[in-house]
Amino acid sequence: MELVLLLIAVPLISAILAAVVRLHSIRNIIIRASFVLMSLISIYLLVTMLKSDTVYFTFNSDLISKTMFVIEAAIAVFIICLGIKYRKFLAIVFVTIQFSLLSWYEYKFSGHSDDLPSFFIDKFSIIMALIIGIIGGLICIYAIGYMKDYHARHAEIKDRQPVFFFIVYVFLAAMFGIVFLNKLPWLFFCWEITTLCSFLLIGYSRTREATDNAFLALTMNLAGGVAFALAIIWLASSGVEPCLSELIKSPKGTVMIPVALICFAGMTKSAQLPFSSWLLGAMVAPTPTSALLHSSTMVKAGVYIIIRLCPQLNHTLTGSMLSLIGAVTFLFGAFIAVSQSNAKKILAWSTVSNLGLIVACAGIGTWETVWAAIFLIIFHAVAKSLMFLCVGTVENRIGSRDLEDMDNIIVRLPKLAVMMIIGISGMFVAPFGMLISKWAAIRAFVDANRILSPILLIILAYGSAVTVLFWSKWIGKMTSAYTHRTARDPMEDEISADENFSQMVHAVLTVCVCIMFPLISTALVEPYIISIYGHSFDINRSNFVITGIMVALVILLPAISVPRHKSHFRYAAPYMSGRNEYTGRIFDGSMETKKQLELRNYYLGRVFGGKKTEKIGTVLAACLTILLFGVSLI
Amino acid sequence: MKHFIIAVAYVILAPFIGGILFGIDRKITARMQRRVGPPLLQPFYDVLKLLMKDVQVVNRLQIPAILCHLVFTIITGFLFFEGSDILLTMFVLTLSAVFLIIGAYSSSSPFSFLGAERELVLMTAYEPMVLLTLIGIYKVVGSFSLYGIISTGIPLIIYLPGIFIGFVYIFTMKLRKSPFDISASHHAHQEIVRGLTSDFSGLTLAMIEMAHWYETVFLLGLIYVFFAFNPLAGVLIVIASYFLEILVDNTFARFKWDKILNEAWLVALILGGGNIVALYVITRG
Repeated sequence: MELVLLLIAVPLISAILAAVVRLHSIRNIIIRASFVLMSLISIYLLVTMLKSDTVYFTFNSDLISKTMFVIEAAIAVFIICLGIKYRKFLAIVFVTIQFSLLSWYEYKFSGHSDDLPSFFIDKFSIIMALIIGIIGGLICIYAIGYMKDYHARHAEIKDRQPVFFFIVYVFLAAMFGIVFLNKLPWLFFCWEITTLCSFLLIGYSRTREATDNAFLALTMNLAGGVAFALAIIWLASSGVEPCLSELIKSPKGTVMIPVALICFAGMTKSAQLPFSSWLLGAMVAPTPTSALLHSSTMVKAGVYIIIRLCPQLNHTLTGSMLSLIGAVTFLFGAFIAVSQSNAKKILAWSTVSNLGLIVACAGIGTWETVWAAIFLIIFHAVAKSLMFLCVGTVENRIGSRDLEDMDNIIVRLPKLAVMMIIGISGMFVAPFGMLISKWAAIRAFVDANRILSPILLIILAYGSAVTVLFWSKWIGKMTSAYTHRTARDPMEDEISADENFSQMVHAVLTVCVCIMFPLISTALVEPYIISIYGHSFDINRSNFVITGIMVALVILLPAISVPRHKSHFRYAAPYMSGRNEYTGRIFDGSMETKKQLELRNYYLGRVFGGKKTEKIGTVLAACLTILLFGVSLI
Repeated sequence: MKHFIIAVAYVILAPFIGGILFGIDRKITARMQRRVGPPLLQPFYDVLKLLMKDVQVVNRLQIPAILCHLVFTIITGFLFFEGSDILLTMFVLTLSAVFLIIGAYSSSSPFSFLGAERELVLMTAYEPMVLLTLIGIYKVVGSFSLYGIISTGIPLIIYLPGIFIGFVYIFTMKLRKSPFDISASHHAHQEIVRGLTSDFSGLTLAMIEMAHWYETVFLLGLIYVFFAFNPLAGVLIVIASYFLEILVDNTFARFKWDKILNEAWLVALILGGGNIVALYVITRG
């Protein structure tokens, strides 16, 4: 129990220190130290809890509830003031509704669940804590180097780094709260803190665009918050204690509406269609923010809460609807990603798509799909974070985040390119994690044998095909090398030690998680699933062996077979109908001109035109969302 | 142990079977075009000649990429005949295809770049059908292992007629035959030089050719699975479907990429998706 409180306290203290300390060097030490502390504590928690079952503990005090209420009031006032200043009235409306609901709850039901455990630790929350502590901490370290670069390049943006780190650490603390809290009103408090933090981080640069996008994110998430608050009151007034443990235990059907409401909140937070636009808007923020939102915080909170509710969703119409929304999001997210050339947008849409798959799994809610969903979370967190950091670094080096400018990266920034390829492989290629989860998802959908299964399976088949397309295209563009020189480009040496460290650890983690996934499965995921369902995903052990060998091969084979010395082979110029100059991609044009050859990828606009596809997906998902509430009333 | 031996036999024999198949292919194709055609063993002569050439590359990535392509194609077949999970096996095949595409991209010749792009479109076109095929098999048999499927003795073709036709349809794509030969035409002069293989020569080209043999034998194995309940019928169907591919190759003009994508997706949706939906309706009712 102390460990959990410590996990929440470390980022909180770091937040205060980061805000107070003005000296860069000391703040950097604090950031590094808090990474070490957070990861050590979460690993220690893992070790001590490895053998034990779910542990509940009570830590109730009226003081905490009161403090939370006061902070919530302050936040509401803050948002209302900002809303008036920037004329964003929808946000004001939502925050007012939300706060009135909370006040009502506080007035009517305060002290309602005081004898129930407020915290719990189980295997799933440990997994989440590891993701938050390690990945989140690494992103903070990366931010040291990145933010310095960022402000050097954007002189027009006011340097508010102390505030930046303060918000980031509060964010992490709130995330720890979310994954360990049992009492829904408290969980909701942390939930709203993450909404606020993401709002502040997205609006960091204070440009017009950033402010607009920040408010978009705020409004959508506040709408989810309203649903969450309603769910709490609904539970309290229908006599069910507003606790996760109680909610899961309640007989199916009686709590369907609050479950649907919380899932709705989860959908907004994890940027499911029709609410995906806020996550795309969040791209304006500095890269560490995006990495944080996409991998270890925010969107993961959304899917976390939905997965928690799986036992209630299992075999219900509400679950089926949720599953369909996830599937639609998965498919359309992938479609839209194909038509993008902006690397960050590809990453964002692929996040949306992957989260869609997680929600689709969670909606079905059998033990097999829960297994797949949890693994999707793990693999996605590591690989996506790595990708964001690498894209951020590339952007700071070559001054562009466009895919079309990334050719020859393998020659210009070889180390970074290799890490990016690891990251991309982690997202879609065979022995790596995401595909293992997809494989599990396919099996799980067939085994679930519902009316919905064939639809989900067909969607999965198409979505996967498209996923392969845009990731391969990206790797292809990076490896498209037009010189075979071996001299080092000075560009790579400019990357700061902090950024390098963070990326390296990420890359190593991506590979390690893939190799160790059988271990993760037996030690953490399966026990969690057994504790909920009584039985667990049974995987043929030989598949583990195969994937292990494959991961090793995929890494070793290219590493061994890259010729070390130029003399081993004869080098020829690429074929250009005999018109090439021998340096770069220059060819002889007519009239003795020299032309630079440019190669551009297919974006298949005719098939997957971005805006139209997005509209169809959004409308479809919106209809399904209405149905979600419709069926949960039955 | 028996399965392991079969798998090893595949690794050793597949190139010979594949090479002879391609020789027969060229012979029949020539006859269809009223030519005499090269000797049956021509594909072997071609590859041997390629292997004897000096190793020449455009950059350092080509060899590792193509080596991985070959190795993972072999592993695909090995895993399949060894009785591993066929869904996982198919993912390995995708991996090997990705390596080929990376190799083509890396050479950075406009011809191979374009070939790589087109190959990617082809991949996007056939992937849904591949997945639906495996899903269909799993749905009927409840197992993802080759021997698990065969040992049930269920005549898969009766349950999965749509999926079978759809799979034979994408088999043409996998063989890169007309009308789907946009990424690397069989006939070198016709289309964008030789597409994604433009910049490969000697050793690397030989490896690509051999990977193609392995892959063809593996895919024919997958076709056999549909008729595994009756080995004789199985073998006959495999031969018939390969002949069909040759016939299609010689009678169709090349499609454009968007037509390929649209059509393959439609085929997968109607035949593959339809079949799966029907399966669910029947098994529930």
